[in-house]
Formats: sequence, C-alpha cells, structure tokens
Amino acid sequence: MAFAIKMEGLGKRYRLAHKHKARYRSLRDSIVEGALDIGYATKRLLTRKIPSTRPADEDFWALKDVDLQIEQGERLAIIGRNGAGKSTMLKLLSRVVEPTSGRAALRGRLASLLEVGTGFHPELTGRENIYLNGAILGMGRQEIDRKFDEIVSFADVEKFLDTPVKRFSSGMYTRLAFSVAAHLETDILIVDEVLAVGDAAFQRKCLGKMGDISEQGRTLLFVSHNMAAVQTLCNRAVLLSGGKIVATGDTHHIIEAYTKSWRQNIDLGERRDRSGTRRARLQSIALEDSNGDRSLRVGSMQAFEFVVTVSAEPDAIGKKADLILIVCDRRDNRMVPLYTEWTQSDFRITAEQQTFRCRVAAGLPLVADTYWLTAAVLIGGVNADKLERALEFEVTPSQDFAAGLVLNPAYGQVLVEHVWEQARA
Amino acid sequence: MNPSDASDRVLVIEAGGSPRQYAREAWRYRDLLFILSWRDIKVRFKQTAIGASWALLRPLLTLIILTLVFSRIARLPSVGTAPYALLVLSGLLPWQFFAAGLSDAANSVVENEKIVTKIYFPRLVIPVSALAVCVVDFAISLLILAGIFAFYRYLPDWHLLALPVVLAFAVLVSLGPGLMLAALNVKYRDFRYVVPFLVQVGIYASPVAYSTSLVPERWRTFYYLNPMAGLIDTFRWTVLGHGFTPWWPGVGLSLGVALALLISGLLYFRATERSFADNI
Repeated sequence: MAFAIKMEGLGKRYRLAHKHKARYRSLRDSIVEGALDIGYATKRLLTRKIPSTRPADEDFWALKDVDLQIEQGERLAIIGRNGAGKSTMLKLLSRVVEPTSGRAALRGRLASLLEVGTGFHPELTGRENIYLNGAILGMGRQEIDRKFDEIVSFADVEKFLDTPVKRFSSGMYTRLAFSVAAHLETDILIVDEVLAVGDAAFQRKCLGKMGDISEQGRTLLFVSHNMAAVQTLCNRAVLLSGGKIVATGDTHHIIEAYTKSWRQNIDLGERRDRSGTRRARLQSIALEDSNGDRSLRVGSMQAFEFVVTVSAEPDAIGKKADLILIVCDRRDNRMVPLYTEWTQSDFRITAEQQTFRCRVAAGLPLVADTYWLTAAVLIGGVNADKLERALEFEVTPSQDFAAGLVLNPAYGQVLVEHVWEQARA
Repeated sequence: MNPSDASDRVLVIEAGGSPRQYAREAWRYRDLLFILSWRDIKVRFKQTAIGASWALLRPLLTLIILTLVFSRIARLPSVGTAPYALLVLSGLLPWQFFAAGLSDAANSVVENEKIVTKIYFPRLVIPVSALAVCVVDFAISLLILAGIFAFYRYLPDWHLLALPVVLAFAVLVSLGPGLMLAALNVKYRDFRYVVPFLVQVGIYASPVAYSTSLVPERWRTFYYLNPMAGLIDTFRWTVLGHGFTPWWPGVGLSLGVALALLISGLLYFRATERSFADNI
C-alpha cells in the first residue's frame, strides 16, 4: 500500500519578538527595528565581538525535524499537550502555513477541518452557507449540488434551510458545519478537535461518519483531547511534545504514555503561552491532599490545597500581590474562581521566590471529570503573569457523595448536598 | 474535482512552491471566486435597507455636488458638444470603480482573516473577488449614465462597443495597487489609513471633474503617468463618442504604468501570501 502522507524533516519556526506585544506590526516598528539592525551591524563591524543578529528576537520551533509516514487508509491520532505542535502540524499539512524546513508529500486530495464552520456567514441562510462553506473547503458547485440533500439530512436542518444561520442554535450550526465537511470527497481528512462541540448523540454520529470515511480507504488524521474518541476512532497514534515526535505506536499504548506524562510535575516557568508584564512569574502549581500527598487527582468535595510558587522581579518586592486560580471544565467553562481579593487576603511580595497556598476546605463541588486550571498573578493590581490551562487535573468520584457513583456530567456539573423526600399520599 | 482524478497525484509541500502549480490551483478554485463575490453582494443586500440603490445613489449624489462645484462655482469649461454634467459623470464612474475596488481589495484579506488562518486556497481569490463585486456595482451605475444621457438627449455612437475593453482596463488599473495594498495591509495595518488618503487626493490628480485637455502640454507626459488619467480618457471617448478625443500616446503610457503596477502587485502578493496566516 502506498503512503498517503510522508513528512521528512518537517519544521516550522516562529519568531518571538520580545519587544512589541502589539497584535500586528506597524510600519513604524519595522522602520525603527531596521534602523536598530543597521546600528547593530555597524557596531559589530567595528568591534567584531557581538553575535551576528540582534538578540531581541527569539526563534521558536513549533515543530522540528518531524519524520512520519502515514499509509493510505490509516486512522492516525495526534496526541499531545497544548503547545506540543499538533495544530502546527495540521496547519502545515493543510497548507495554511508554509514549512520553514523539510518537506511533506501528500497523495490525493486533502481537506481539513481545523474549525467547524469556517467562513459561515451569520446573515446568510443555511442553504447559502452550504454552498459558501463547501466552496471554501474546495468543493465545486456541481459536487455540492450532488451532495446537497445528503448534507442537509445528515445535519437534520431541513426545516431551517432558509433561515439565516445567525438564528440557528449552536447545535444546529455545528451539525450543519460538520455535515458539509464530512461530505467532502477527499482522500485525506484532517480533523482538529471539532467534537468538542455538539451534543452526545451528534458526537456519536460524527464518529460514525469518520469511521465510514476510513473504511472507504481514505486516510484520517485526528486531533482531540477526548481520549475516548481517539481510542475508538484511531488505529495508530503519535505523541508530540515540544514540537517533536516522542512516540508512535498503537493508540492504546500512546494514550497510556500521554496520560503518564501528565502525572509528572510540569515546570510552568518554561511555558511560552503566557501574558502579562512578567514582573512576577508563575513557577509551579501543585495539588496537595489533606495528608500532604501531591497528585493530579482530587476527590470531589474533598479538602485539598493548591500550592502555587511564584518568582518575582526585584522591583516587585513590597508590592501588593494578588492571585487568581480558575477551575475550568474541559469545554473551557469557568467553574470555580479562587481569588485573593475575594478572600481579602492582603499579600505582599517579600522575596524573589514565594509560595502561596489556597486551601479549599469544602473541596470542589464538581462531578468527576478532567478540569483545567487557569492561573494569574497580579502585582499592584496589574496582570503580571497569566497562564491559560496551567494545570490539568482530574476530579474523581467522591465517596461521601452519591456513594462514589460516576455521575454523568451531561446532567449538570455542580454538586450540592441535597435531600429528597416523598410526601405521604 | 472528483477524488479519483487526483488520488494518485502527489503534492509536495515545502518552503517556496512553483508558479505553475499555483496557476493550476487558482483555476481550480474559480468557483470559490464567484461564491465569495456572491456572498459579499448578498450580505450587502441583506444588511442595508435599500440594497442595490446604494450603487445608484452614491454616484448620483457625488455627481450633483461635483457638477455644482466645478461648473457653477469654479466655472471649468466642458469639451466639445457634451454637457458638463456628462463630462463629470463619465469621469466619476470609472473613478468610483477604482476607489471602491482599491479599498475593498486592500481590506479584503484582513477582513477574511478567519478563513485565511484556517483553510488553504490560493489567496489571490480574495482580492479578485472583492474587485468582482465592484464590477457588478459599476455595471449597475452604468444605468445612471444611460438615464442622464437620455435626460440630456445625448446619443453615444459606435465607440460604445469598446465598453468591455474599457472595463478590462479599469480592472487592470485597480487590481495591481489593490493586490499590493492587500498584502501590505496584512503585515502593516498602517495601509488602512493610506487608502482613503489616496482616494481623496487622487480625485483631484485625476481628470474626474475636468477634461485632460486642460492640462498644460509640458506637464502632459508626466500627468499620464497616473493610470487613472488614461482610463478616464478612454471611458470618456467610449461613452461621449465624437464629443471627446483623448491624447492617445498618454493613454498608452497610462496602460503601461497600469501593467507595471499589476505585475509588481502580483509578484509582491505571491511573495507574501505564503506567510499571510503567520502575520495576520
């Protein structure tokens, strides 16, 4: 069997500029930097001591030296933490961005779903958006005509075809968008985390559709944080970390390796996806149970502590410090905020390295599931360092509540002690 | 576009990329070009109360103001037998096409950011489709022209047959700078402010409210370096017929400049488009 995708030394470099944090460059920035470069080059010519480029910019390889061959008809999962290079790999393969080094060969037509409903226009009707979205995904008009009825019935939106999609419920919107993409006639389909939306029934339908796709001998590349979906859908997996492939193998083993990597303590100081003035920096966050043991699992409604270490610039010493931790569910809904201002804790930075403890005596009133922690530290009321998804941890079923039953998060996620009584007839 | 046609073709992704492959792909995405233009037209009709009437109303109001200012207050003369209002109108329509085409094309890539960062297709489709929308507007505004010609009982002659050629010329003039600005806009949003300025100054530097015959002879060659001068002259010659004759060498010069702009616009756009998703 022939390969579907072959990557050889594939890499993508981004330039991280330390100086400007603006979302886009202005011409002035470029002129100023150009002038600085000239100044720097002149100085270098004169002294011959300093390295050849100005140290202002830092190279960052989002993906580096990736060699991977994917056979036709394979269903491959790409697993890794946020920032491991999954999205970059998908963007390179779907040609949204161009590689900095190496090459990739693709056999046949490729379609990618990096986002559900790309290019949907809210003012246009369902019918119009099918044509629009189809064309953006690379379908010809005739191909869409041919598939139109199938798309509509799969998405189950017959009645709303002539309604602008801005009046659609989010479920209808997602169904329609997925349906268009799923009916593309492609040899290779790339899917990124689109199952994070939509209800359970539709998710099953989507997984079924993707299964069909691979049975027809087409190749599927799938990225998801939903390990259950990965397990059912894919026969091979690749684990990425820091832009490199760390393991490849059958899905089961790779998921295990990935889960294990979560148990290790992560050095937050190394993370790049942070924002803030950097006058203080989050170094680590740990979860400690009432026995003082650290792990990334905590029972629902059981007392524990978050232990946060923070480093500070010398000029921040003596300044007021605030911390905020937000427990978010896997869909990024903010569930539980833990904020020093609300507890009226008047903290000051006293040393360059400090530890703060947040005791949650009543435990988290959340159903068992995976949760994320978003963390930020504020100096003098100004955001100094903020990390989204700083920590992933698991809330496990509580022995005291519902006798340790695994509760379905679809019924609701917040637990409160309650009592039911039956009135006498 | 059947997968079986392409299932054995191997596509290689690496830094760079060949122009021949690009041309083939741009052609393959022609349906997208139509659909994006159709989307913009449709959305405008849905979002505005009087929809298509804007294409008529805008030039009509400008025409009234310009005619008043230039013929009544500044007392600029007309040429040949054509009434002054017709002279202004025949300058105004190509000008408005250019102004709208330039600014829409310049903003097009940035406005379609969401698509650009998620899906691959030849980016050239975006500014070209923006321009195509302006062509439709232009066609609608030709209706005003017909109406006002009827009002003045002015009859065009066989020159009118050249209309498609003039239209191609107009697209040529707008596309080059439009592509250039669209690409520059991705990296330097400063160019958002350059376009309105260009449009504002350009209307005086171009023969919109006056005839090129008013330009002193020693400045003439220099004047026609502005491609709009040649375009407006050609348009006037087409619709006013016997009433107007341009200085043809100047028109040739304008055409040359427009071609040079188109080539440099295309080259710059092609060179930068691969990094659009990184820079936007």
